[in-house]
Amino acid sequence: MQIGEFLRQKVLAVQEYSLMSWAAITNIFRRPFYREDVYTQSDLIGVGSLPIVMLTGFFTGGVLALQSATTLAQFGAKAVTGELVSLSMIKELGPVLTGLMVSGRNASGMASELGSMQVTEQIDAMRALGTDPLKKLVTPRLISTVMMLFFLTIVSDALGTLGGGLVSITWLRLDASQYFHMAYQFLMYPDILEGLLKPLVFGFIIATVGCFFGMSTHGGTQGVGRSTTQAVVVSSVLIIATDFFISYLMIGIFGR
Amino acid sequence: MSTVDSSTTLAAPEPHSEPHQPAVQFENVSIGFDGNPVLHNISFQTTSGEMCILLGPAGGGKSILLKLANGLIKPDSGTIRIFGQEISSLPEQELFAIRSNIGMVFQESALFDSLSVRDNVAYRLMQQKDPEEDIDRRVIESLSFVELEDAIDKFPAELSGGMKRRVAIARAIITQPKLLLYDSPTGGLDPITSTTIIQLVMKQRDVYKGSALLVTHRLQDAFILATHRFNRQTNQMERVPGNGADPNTSIMVLREGRIAFSGSLVELLRSEDPYIKEYLE
Repeated sequence: MQIGEFLRQKVLAVQEYSLMSWAAITNIFRRPFYREDVYTQSDLIGVGSLPIVMLTGFFTGGVLALQSATTLAQFGAKAVTGELVSLSMIKELGPVLTGLMVSGRNASGMASELGSMQVTEQIDAMRALGTDPLKKLVTPRLISTVMMLFFLTIVSDALGTLGGGLVSITWLRLDASQYFHMAYQFLMYPDILEGLLKPLVFGFIIATVGCFFGMSTHGGTQGVGRSTTQAVVVSSVLIIATDFFISYLMIGIFGR
Repeated sequence: MSTVDSSTTLAAPEPHSEPHQPAVQFENVSIGFDGNPVLHNISFQTTSGEMCILLGPAGGGKSILLKLANGLIKPDSGTIRIFGQEISSLPEQELFAIRSNIGMVFQESALFDSLSVRDNVAYRLMQQKDPEEDIDRRVIESLSFVELEDAIDKFPAELSGGMKRRVAIARAIITQPKLLLYDSPTGGLDPITSTTIIQLVMKQRDVYKGSALLVTHRLQDAFILATHRFNRQTNQMERVPGNGADPNTSIMVLREGRIAFSGSLVELLRSEDPYIKEYLE
């Protein structure tokens, strides 16, 4: 394939993605609003992802405490393990890891479900029956993912801090009150703001990328497989890249 | 049906819409994908109440033509009118109103996997927020038409290929649209099931007298539809008296994106065109 043609296709894909995302957002304010689909998707994305998010958050907090305490002990600063774990979980690891887990589970799910509907002409049938697929399929998934990722991240942050605490208290012999006091005392509003802003952006990325690859699937079952892989890869890379820019922006604004 | 320069337009019976209004009208319609032309300067029109059967080999652009007629894809050039309304330049939101007059049966049925037969058939009525009692009554009517009342609570995965097509027909006809588009309704089915489906298409044509475009690559389907009619008393199809052809059924043959033939079954059989002769053999 010529480089020019390759670039043209990529630019067209970005244009299509932007138009679909914009339509999905504006559809929130247009009737009909598919409330039941929002509930169904929230259940699938939120409740369905809860076990993996809880386990990931808990063990990440635990390993963070284990690794950081070993290093901090060399400087006689083992006592600040709680601060390090809570800040790392709330600002970075909670949102990013939850985003990546939900992306692996749900961006792929959306791409494969919508992709299968596309190749079996169910999307065309929906249009032929007078329903806008963007309103019916994309907008409910967008609302649900953004909303659910927000709460899942809070759960992950809490369990991460708890996991770090459990490791610190049982294995590192830190005082429980000291750990949780440090974890809480050094937390400031900009840290919480950063930690809660990220899942909103990541949720948007997961839903729009998953739906975009699903809706643009072609080439039969092989195409569905391709879309599923692309959705996970692109959304994961975008989450990590966006995380960097949000962190950079927040440090620029709040100085931490 | 007639191409613009042809004089083979058939008289319409008692259409739902205004008399003399073409149901479908294509004027110099062309479309291509990735630089490959699929349809070239297609021009034809069908009158209200007429069934036009689109024949031709696979890859000839028949299904694309059907999707163009429903506004699911837009042509690169040319004009498409449905019941006089120009649709090729309309935005998607405005097309929804026009599609309420069109029913479409897709090639692979395209039933929604996550919905039961009842909800698939009722989909359009549910979107319109019709009363539940009304929806139930019309779903049963529609399923009775295709003789599948017993499958009302089943899911598409539990149905055979032929049953899926019948549910797809029930879904398409539930609002009694003025125009029906059938995309290879017998494709991939065994001969007995194919005949059942063709009989249902014929029943729809002769009972409701709506307009229809039917895509098929099976000559047999076209011949049966053109030479038979549905008898409501016996609930069976029968030969048109005098071994004639149904006056409201016309045939169009597509060849590599161009109209190779347009006219009645009798004209098709008498055609001297070498391609048509070879195609019929």
